[in-house]
This record gives sequence, structure tokens and C-alpha cells, in this order.
Amino acid sequence: MSAERLISALLAASMAASLALVGVYVLDLGGAPLEGSLLAVALGGVGAAIVVWAVTLMHAPPEVEERHEMPSPPDARGAAAEALDLEAVTRRRFLVRMLAGAGGLLAAALALPAFSLGPQPGRELFETGWRAGSRVVGGDGEPIRPDDLLEGAVRTVFPEGAVGRPDSPAMLIRLRPSDLHLPEDRQGRAYEGCVAYSKICTHAGCPVGLYRAEDRALICPCHQSTFDVTRGAVPVFGPAARRLPQLGLAIDADGYLVADADFDEPVGPSFWNLTHQGEPE
Amino acid sequence: MILRWVDERLGMASWARSGLRKIFPDHWSFLLGEVALFCLVVLVLTGVFLTLFYVPDAALVEYDGPYAPLVGQEVSRAYASVLELSFEVKAGLVMRQVHHWAALVFVAAIVLHVMRVFFTGAFRRPREINWLVGIGLLLLALAMGITGYSLPDDLLSGTGLRVIYSVVIGIPLVGPYLGFLLFGGEFPTETIISRLFVFHIMLLPALLIGGVLVHLAILWRQKHTQFRVPGATERTVVGRPFWPSQVFKSTGLMLLTAAVLALMGGLLQINPVWTYGPFDATTVSAPAQPDWYVGWLDGALRLFPPIEFTLLGITIPSVFIPGVVIPGIAFAIMTLWPFIEPRLAGDREEHHVLDRPYDNALRASVGVAGLLAFVVLTIAGGNDVVALIFNVPVEAMTNILRVAFVAVPIVGFWVTWRICRELQRRTDAPDPRRPVVLRRTASGGFEEGGHER
Repeated sequence: MSAERLISALLAASMAASLALVGVYVLDLGGAPLEGSLLAVALGGVGAAIVVWAVTLMHAPPEVEERHEMPSPPDARGAAAEALDLEAVTRRRFLVRMLAGAGGLLAAALALPAFSLGPQPGRELFETGWRAGSRVVGGDGEPIRPDDLLEGAVRTVFPEGAVGRPDSPAMLIRLRPSDLHLPEDRQGRAYEGCVAYSKICTHAGCPVGLYRAEDRALICPCHQSTFDVTRGAVPVFGPAARRLPQLGLAIDADGYLVADADFDEPVGPSFWNLTHQGEPE
Repeated sequence: MILRWVDERLGMASWARSGLRKIFPDHWSFLLGEVALFCLVVLVLTGVFLTLFYVPDAALVEYDGPYAPLVGQEVSRAYASVLELSFEVKAGLVMRQVHHWAALVFVAAIVLHVMRVFFTGAFRRPREINWLVGIGLLLLALAMGITGYSLPDDLLSGTGLRVIYSVVIGIPLVGPYLGFLLFGGEFPTETIISRLFVFHIMLLPALLIGGVLVHLAILWRQKHTQFRVPGATERTVVGRPFWPSQVFKSTGLMLLTAAVLALMGGLLQINPVWTYGPFDATTVSAPAQPDWYVGWLDGALRLFPPIEFTLLGITIPSVFIPGVVIPGIAFAIMTLWPFIEPRLAGDREEHHVLDRPYDNALRASVGVAGLLAFVVLTIAGGNDVVALIFNVPVEAMTNILRVAFVAVPIVGFWVTWRICRELQRRTDAPDPRRPVVLRRTASGGFEEGGHER
């Protein structure tokens, strides 16, 4: 086939595809696969045609062109420096300094509105929706009694009145009390084998949503940080270095699980002053 | 006629003549940058279309569209608008998918282009400035990718955004303040979607397109580098003129690039956000992988050992080193390489003729080691998936990759070094393909009579 015929055929295919595209659109026969394929033929036909055209019908032999010197000739540089004549400006030293000062202060003044973009962190990173006496409720808002959970059961829970609050989800897990070996500083936080840990990973803040029953581990699906539920959610594998914060659990007069206080350390990813818990901001 | 009218007003005839006659060297690898440029064209065209339908609003509405599994669920208006665009707007889905594929190919083409420029030494004097502009464009392309990826407000991209937030607030001393300024408060915030939108469709594209123009203007001014073809010297450029052959080929390449992207967008489903579900800060899906060019950063977060310490009351979070320091060092070395290499090699000359990749063993070895580290981290970004494929525990996979991250680049450096030296030795030696004189002996055998003169 001669090049000219090949090019004509490609262009004809493109035209046909374009017409078909119009038809598909108007008659609403669409769907991404058909539209994409027709569009590919319409575009590719023209593209292939002009590439073939360039390669076969434009007999352009290679040509050689001189490269020009990159640096300017010295006299041109001198002339440019003369025209620039910085000295004429800089010799007024006092004015130059004033100008720099005015420019700097103006820049600072203009940059300030950037602070409107967000509030100061304040205590926000240290606090969640949990309070002393907050009832532990499920995603449906219903309070939970310890006996609602079978041994080995896992639920995502919130403080009553703050269901769905992003910094407050916790994983409530019921284990056999004898399996629990909470560390010294977390003794007494379990209630009849029920433990509740923050669901926000201490590594990069993903919800620690996976529970592996065989070794009673909470696992973060984002980066595979793994926490031992029986030992106060101490990290046992992966990049997380901090334990998951733990709620102290108790029951109220009606027998429902409650928290005895907010988490006593920040939930979620670490930040530089997270140990400054008790300090005023 | 029109040309004359224009020239009478602008006087551009001689400029146009020299421009049309400008010589461009030919090599397939010079097209990688062009492919990136043409992806950008496709991105702008499809992106404008998407912008007309997308609603950057985090306010919750009840979904009542044609996608039955989500009917009645609370979703953000942003998410709902993406579903509407995908299911109800004619040609909306194909536009969305072409846009997403074009973004992936865009970054891939840029990365290949950077590799070509790096391994052939095209960044050397006088082209250091354009290397810096190019790195800036790469960073902008990544920022475009990340901001665009997050706009549908689905569960997967929301999780990605949350990881970014966590890395930002982990920066010592300034992190919490910076994070609250960028996100408008503690994650997740109402404002973040509309902010990402402003960055994705206005600020970043303006910088990106401006940068591309500067990149091309410098290329035009400095003329293209070229390989060691007959007639090419440091003082000349050998190739074909801009008009018509180069213009035809490049336009053809643009249309072919667009055609491939259209085919991908039509046939290959990508980012089906309706299956991920709307963003909800308290749930997550597994496995969760970002777009390919972010995988290495996520991989670094997964591999890094749990090191977190407090120094003088300042806690250095475990995400800080893999999330900020390691990428920072990687980009710093890349950015400064045109200034590092001359110091190490003592070569400060101008170069317009390209190196073959093995001509500079140090450069090639550093490049290969860096690439291998990138590959290992990218695999680590999918360590859970890889572990599943090979049926090994994810812990074992992570430990293997931790070792690989250190060992593979070192081995790669050494092997590349040896290969380069060997290739240099062989090309310095006489060409074995030179004709050899064979003499027929009396017994009917052959004996070698040395090289033909």
C-alpha cells in the first residue's frame, strides 16, 4: 500500500469514528468503553496519519546547525552592566535601607492574613469527646452493658452524644479477665474483661480497624502497626511506637459501661509537644 | 494575506523564519518529555470539563442517585457530585477516567524524562537551570496528583489525606500549627475539600503551566542536546527542522498520546469511588494503596522501625523521619545533583553531546541505587498485597523489605559500577566487529591473519 493510501485510510477511519461518536452521544448509546474506544480511533487516526505523512512523504535530510555560544561576549556584558548601573541606586545607602525595611514590613503585614486559615491548636489535640461518666455507646447510639458482649467480641464505640466524632472512636473488646495483663500504669482500667482503646492509630492516624482474634491484636490496615490488646495495646509490630490510649471503664447505676475520664494522653499521631499534657497552652 | 497583515503590525518574518528552520535532534527518548506535555494538554481539557460538574463542598446530603447500594446514605456533596458525574452526566465517566489515567501517565512520563536527562548527563552545564525548573515541575505534578486524588472525598482518598495530616502535625515545633493552618483545624475539617479544589484547579495549574513555558523557552534558547551521531559536535546540532517534520511528528504524537489515554479511560476502570464508599473518619478499608507515585512515601512509612523519642521535651514522632526527612534528602540530592557531580568529577565544561549511560560510572551507579530504593519502597507501599500474593505473613514481608531497602541499592550500586567499567573498557578496546582476515590453510582449515588494514 502506498503511503498516501495508508494516510487516507487512517484519516477516513478517524472521520468514521468521529461521526460514530456524535451518533453515540446524540442517541445516548454511550458507556465509557464505547466512547473511549471511538475517541481513541478518532484521535489516533489523525495522529497516526500525520506521523506516517511526516516519516514517508517529507524527505527532510538531517541538517546541521551551529550552536551559538551560551555566554554573551564580554563587551555586551560590559554594556549591559553599564546600562544597569546599580551604583547609581546603591550609593544612596540610607534610602536603600529604608526601602528594604519598608518592603520587609509590608511583606510581613501582607502575610499575616495567612493566619486566618486555621485556628491555633490550643488543647484540641489533647482532648476528645470522652468525659468522666460518658456512657459507652455503639455506632447506633445505644448504650452497652458488659453482658451485651460475648467473650472475644469487638465493637467500635463512642461517647454518648458524640457518635461519629472523629477523634473519639474506641475499640471495645471483651476478653477473659485472666487473659488480661495490663501494665502497671493501666491497672484497673478494664471492667470484667472489657477494655477500650482509642481507634486512632498512634502512627499516622488511621482507624485501627482490624482485630486478629488468634493473638488478640489490633492492626492498622494502613501501615500494619499491631497492638497487643491483652497488654495495654503496646505496639508489637510495625511503625507505631506508642501504645493506643486506653479508657478506664466502669458501670453506672443502670449497669451500662461508662468511661471514668477522657483519655489521659493524646489520641492519634504523635506531635512534638504531646508530653506537655498538663501544661497550659 | 493574513500573514502579511500580521507582519505589518508585528514584524516577525525573520524571527519566524529562523524559528521554523530551527533544528531538532531526533531520538525516541527525547519524546518522553513531549508525552508528559501532551498528557498535560489532555489533563487541562478533561479537567475543565470535570470542574463544571464537581462541587467542592463537604456538607452532607442524602444520596438519591441511580447507584442503588448507596441510596439513602449520608455523603458529602463533593462525593455525590462525583457519582452524578460518573453515572448521570453523558460522557462524564469517560472524561473522569481519562483524566485520572492521564494524571498517572503524566507523572510516569515526567519520571522517565527525568531519568533520561539524568543518565545521559543532559543536566550538565549550561542546563542546570532547566534541571531545577524541571524538578520544580515534578514536585508540582506530584502536588497536582495528590490534591486531585483527594477531591472525590471517598474513603480511600480521605485516608490518604489523614496520613498527610499526620505527617504534617508530626513536624517538630511547627507541625500542629502548620497542620491546623493547612487543614483549617483538627482533621477532618469541613474546609479541606474546598481548599484542595482551589489548589488543584487554580494555584498549582498556574504554576505548572507557567513553569512548563519557562522550561520550553530555556530549551529553545539553549537548543536540544543530542547523542553522538555522525556530524554532532559540541559546536553543532544535527537533526531535522522544526517545520514541517518536527511539528508533524509532535502533533501526531500528541494525538496518539491522547488516543491511548482515551482508550485507557474507556476500557480500564480506575478509582471507582462508589465501591470505596464516602469518607468517614472512623472507618477504613483494607488493603489501601495510593496512586503509584505516592506508593514509595507510604512504603517508607510502613518500613520504618518504630523509633520515637523525646529530646529536651520535644518529641520526634515516628512518622517524621520516613515522612519528611527521607523524602527531603532524596529530593535534595536530586535537585542538587548538577552541582554535586562537577565537584566529584571535576568536570565543569559545557556539554551539548550526551553521555551514554555507562560513560559516567558514578552517576549511573547513584542513579540506579536511587531507583532501586524507590522500587523497594514502592513495593513496601503494597506490602500487605504482596504478602497476600506470596502467601507469607505481612510481618515477614515487611522485614524482608526492610533488609532489601538497605541491601538492594548497595548491591545495585556495585553491580552498575562494575558493568559501566566493563563497558567502558570494551568500547575503549578495538572494535571486535572490525573485519578480520582469514587464511585458508593447506589442510583446508582457517587461520586468523590479524585485522584488515
